[in-house]
Parts: sequence; structure tokens; C-alpha cells
Amino acid sequence: MQRLPVWADVVLVPILSLLAAFLISALVILGIGGNPVEALQVMVTGALGSAYGWGYTLYYATNFMFTGLAVAVAFRASLFNIGGEGQAMLGGLGVALVCLAVDWPHWALALPAAMLGGAVFGAAWAAIPAWLQAKRGSHIVITTIMFNFIAASVLVYLLVNVLRPPGSMDPATARFPEGAGLPTLHDIPGLGGIFDRNTPANITLFLALACVGLVWLLLFRSRLGYEIRAFGKSEPAAVYAGISPVRITMIAMLISGGLSGLMAVNNVMGEAERLVLNSVEGAGFIGIAVALMGRNHPVGVMFAALLFGFLYQGGAELGLWTTIPLELRTVVQALVILFTGALDTMMRMGVERVFALFARRAA
Amino acid sequence: MDFGTLLQILDSTVRLGVPLLLACLAGLYSERAGVFDIGLEGKMLMAAMLSGAAAFVTGSVWLGCLAGIGGSLVLAAIHGAAAITFRGNQLISGVAINFLASGLTVLMAQSWFGQGGRTPALDGGARFQALTLPLADTLRPVPVLGPVYADLISGHTALVYLAFAAVPVTWWVLYRTRFGLRLRAVGENPGAVDTAGISVTRLRYTAVAITGLLSGLAGAYMATALQAGFGKEMTAGRGYIALAALIFAKWRPWGALWACLLFGFFQAIALRPDVVEAIVRVKVPVPALDALPYVLTVFILAGFIGKAIPPRAGGEPYVKER
Repeated sequence: MQRLPVWADVVLVPILSLLAAFLISALVILGIGGNPVEALQVMVTGALGSAYGWGYTLYYATNFMFTGLAVAVAFRASLFNIGGEGQAMLGGLGVALVCLAVDWPHWALALPAAMLGGAVFGAAWAAIPAWLQAKRGSHIVITTIMFNFIAASVLVYLLVNVLRPPGSMDPATARFPEGAGLPTLHDIPGLGGIFDRNTPANITLFLALACVGLVWLLLFRSRLGYEIRAFGKSEPAAVYAGISPVRITMIAMLISGGLSGLMAVNNVMGEAERLVLNSVEGAGFIGIAVALMGRNHPVGVMFAALLFGFLYQGGAELGLWTTIPLELRTVVQALVILFTGALDTMMRMGVERVFALFARRAA
Repeated sequence: MDFGTLLQILDSTVRLGVPLLLACLAGLYSERAGVFDIGLEGKMLMAAMLSGAAAFVTGSVWLGCLAGIGGSLVLAAIHGAAAITFRGNQLISGVAINFLASGLTVLMAQSWFGQGGRTPALDGGARFQALTLPLADTLRPVPVLGPVYADLISGHTALVYLAFAAVPVTWWVLYRTRFGLRLRAVGENPGAVDTAGISVTRLRYTAVAITGLLSGLAGAYMATALQAGFGKEMTAGRGYIALAALIFAKWRPWGALWACLLFGFFQAIALRPDVVEAIVRVKVPVPALDALPYVLTVFILAGFIGKAIPPRAGGEPYVKER
């Protein structure tokens, strides 16, 4: 069988997978007695139709860019990091500790410190599974799943017993000092008219976009990125070329965990301004769908993150205005993972057949 | 700690260990055949919801149980298609199935019953009732063994005894039947099985179907025996604990029994922090007890407590030579 043209491989197959996922989602909506057309309208209006909606869509998209890039970098080294959720939780802890440690005079000082805190904590949480995979051969998928649960327990313990301010009943840290508050997109001169005051989208969006660029540079324009991709394609070939599996596994997972941890700058520092339980809200898992949808390419991840930001905000609006519960988001997410990830070969085989048919006719 | 408390804790160990055991044995069939399954959680959840719903509507717990198994089998079929026929990534497929179940269960339960994603509370014949074994009350006055027999061994639901019976049955199937030999072989070296003229695809689908059946039972136990009805995310990570237990057990049936009882025991003592404190004389935080099975699994995976070697062909789709 002949190979698919590049455009079909990079654009057509993912779009067909996405359409299949949406089609089945529409059937699910029909099945529970809803109206798919009306649902789509509510989602579009809710997520894109107002400055308020846009603000939330971009806020969620920022989260997903970080976690999507995290999964993508690890995937490139053929490591499946399901631990984004736990790494982002720990990143939140790092960000919270940094923000609470000093009475920050200005956000411009607090931001780099918080970034460092989030990235270091996230990377540290990924380092243990990475080391176990590299040195002891324990499967990274299972260890990162276990580390998600352990992270949740660690956070419950710390928030209830250690970080909770005296007298408070809430399992959450104290509020961060005023000086650690990040400007929202509304506060930026020139953007104030476009974005609503009450939306959480903040300057972390630009940080996420910078990460998209940096990850692209890393993967496709640096020696290290080449080594990561070579290792991911074929471990024996990489070893033969003198690339150390232990080093690449560690570095790829540290970068992956660091990116997940950076997400906390957006949700903990930018939005909640304190660390609460379950602050990640599944964004670590959505990163898997985003990376698969974006075919592990930073630019693809960026677009996929926007799409999932739309789905997430639109799904929340569905929960508010229609009888369709917001868990529909989880179903769509699952279907996207299923079609773009697990049933990729099925879609590809179908497209290849159609192409072969046309090629025969042209000949 | 007195004898009564000990019995109580052991009793909840059994109750909490059974869903783990059923799910763990479910995973064992699939993984021994070379198909990784991290979608146990999703299959359990779907079965829990469907069994809760069907038991409520029909008033019969057995029909509920069947509906649960049916739902679990559908998800198993999706996993089988992705992993076996389309040679997709088995881990990604498992992740997708977990999310699919997590979302669909709430959507369906909400649309059918409108109770915020729960199924209505079950009672009477719509739930599994505790069975009293023969002579339980007669033997109760016998010191030590009497209460053990009457309170710990007797007085569980049918699924509990079924789960315990499934352990020797699985051992027998795996190590004493032709099917079991082939199943283990297809997880280690599918090429050899194929050369012997046996269909790899069919064997693997059979294994995945058994996985669906057993995780269906695990889910039905959650909604119709352990609790009275389905609640959102009610499996609460048990599918992953079962996976951990499977590794702990080194993919062996008897090991699975002890591992699941151990992890069930952890869950049971996590419900009784007062007892833990009385024994170790230190206040142990509840989250630490919750995290114990996961931490232990990481240690085992790391090979610090005996090496766990998975089936050799696990996770690899089999491509027949042409």
C-alpha cells in the first residue's frame, strides 16, 4: 500500500478522527434526549460569543497548553506520562509556597519565582517515576498513575493539617498577598476592551505561548530535541548512536513534569490566588487528549488546547443552560482520545483505502 | 484492640477486598494474554451504574447484575477492537475507556432518573442479601472460632463467595487446562502460538471478554452489594488499586487473593484511624493510609520487594507474518 500524502497524514486524519468523535457525541446527546444542534449553539455562544466566554475559553486553553505540551514532550521520547495531574498538583504546591513565603511587592517579581517553584515541584514529582523507569525498569504508566493518587493524598494532608490558616474550616491555603496577583487580560492596555473584567484569563497565556515556541525550538532545532525524538523512534538505534537512555528518559520527564507544574501559575496564582483541593480539575488528563489531537507537535498542541478550552467552557455553559450535564465534556474528551489515539490505525486504514481507490482510477 | 474490633476490621477487609479481587482477576486474564488493561476502572464504573439502574427498574438484583456485565462487555469489546484488531496503543485505549465511562455513567443516570447522576436507592430483592451459612448461629457460642465463622465467614453476599471461588477456578483454568496454557503462551510469545495453528486474535478476544465479565461483576458488587445504588465516580480508583494488586501478585491468581485482601485491609483500617492510633501509638494521618497501596506498588515496581516481571508480549499488538 502506498504512503499517504503529508497533508492527509497531518491534517485529514486528525480532522476525520475529530469529526468521528463529535458525531458520536451528537448521538450521545440525542440518546439522552437532548438536541445536538441546540447544544452546539449554546456551546458556541457560551464559549466564543462574549468577552466573558472568550476569557474563560482562553483561561482553560492556557492550562491545556501546558499539560498538552507536557504530554507531547514525553510522548516524543515514547514515554506515556499520565502523571500530569499529579505533577500539576505539586506544581500548585510549589507556586503556593513561593507566593506565601514573601509579601511580594509586585507581580513582576513574584512571577519568575512562582514559575520556578511550580516547575521545580512538578519536575520533582516526575523525576521519581522517570528514575524508576530509567534505572529499575518499572513501567512509567503505572508509576505515574500511582503518583497521581499519592499526590492527591499529599495535598489533602498538607492542606488540612499544615497549610490551612488557623480558624479556617476550608482545606485551602491562606490568600496570596496582593502583590502576587497577576494582571488579567482585561488589565493589559489595549486589550481591556476585548476582555471582561471578571474572567480569569491572565498574562500566563503569553507564558504558555512562549512555551509552545520554546518546546518547538527544543524538539526540532536543538541537539537535545533530536536525541529525544531519536530515542522515541527507536531505542536500540539511539543507543547505537551514543544516546544515553537514562539521560534522555530523565530529561524528557523533567521537562514534561516542569511544564505540567507551570500550569499552576495560571490556575493557582492567576485565578484562585490560593491553593485549594482539586485545583487541577482534570487538566492533567485533558493534556493527553490535547497532545494526541495535536499529534505531539507544539503548534498542533496549541490549536488542540484552544479547541479543548472551547469544549470545556462550552460544556460548562451546557451544564448551566440545558438539561445536558457538564460531564458531556468528559465523554467528548474520551472520544477524542479514543479516535485520535487508540483507533488512529483504523482511521488511517480507511483513508488509505480511499486514496488507493482514487490512485487506481487515475492510473 | 479487642477481638470484636479485630473481627469488624477483618469483616470490612473482606467486603472492601472483593471488588478489588474481582477486578484484579479480570485484569489477570487480559494481561496474561498480552493485552494491557488500564480501563478496569471504567468497566467497573459502567457496570456499577447499569446494574444499579437495571436492578432498580426490574427489582431483581440478578437482572441488574446481567445489565452491568453487558455494559462492561461493550467497553471490553471497544478495547479489544482498538488493541487487537486495529493494533492501537492499549494504554491510550484504556485511558479513553476510563473517561468514557466516567462521563457516560453520569449522563445516562441523570437522563434516566434525574437525581444528579445517581441511581435511586435499592432495597429488598434489588440488592444482594447477606447469606447465612449453615449452623452459623448454632456454632456462635464456640470460643474464637464460633464468632469467626458466624461473623467473618458467614453473612456475606453471593458475589463475595463467588469472588473467592473465582481464585481457585482461575488457577485451575490457567495452569491445568489447554485454554490456560494457550492463554499464557499468547501473552509471552504470540508468534509461537500462531505457528502452532491457534488464532492469536481469538484467544486475545476471549481473554478480553472474560475481563469484561469479571470487571462487570466487580462493578455490580459496588452498586448492588457494597452500597445500595450507583453514585458518581463510586469506584474511586479501585480499578487502579486492582491493577496495583495485580502487579503485587506478579500476575498470579493466589497472589491476587492475598494482594487484594491486603489492599482491602488498608482500606478497612483507613476507615478506622482510631484503631490504627491505638496500635502504633502514633497519630497516623488518614491520607497516609489512603496512599499506602499506591506507595507499596511503587516500591514493588521498583523491584525493592521482589521483582515483578510482566508477561513478555504485554502491550504489543500482534502482527501476523505474511
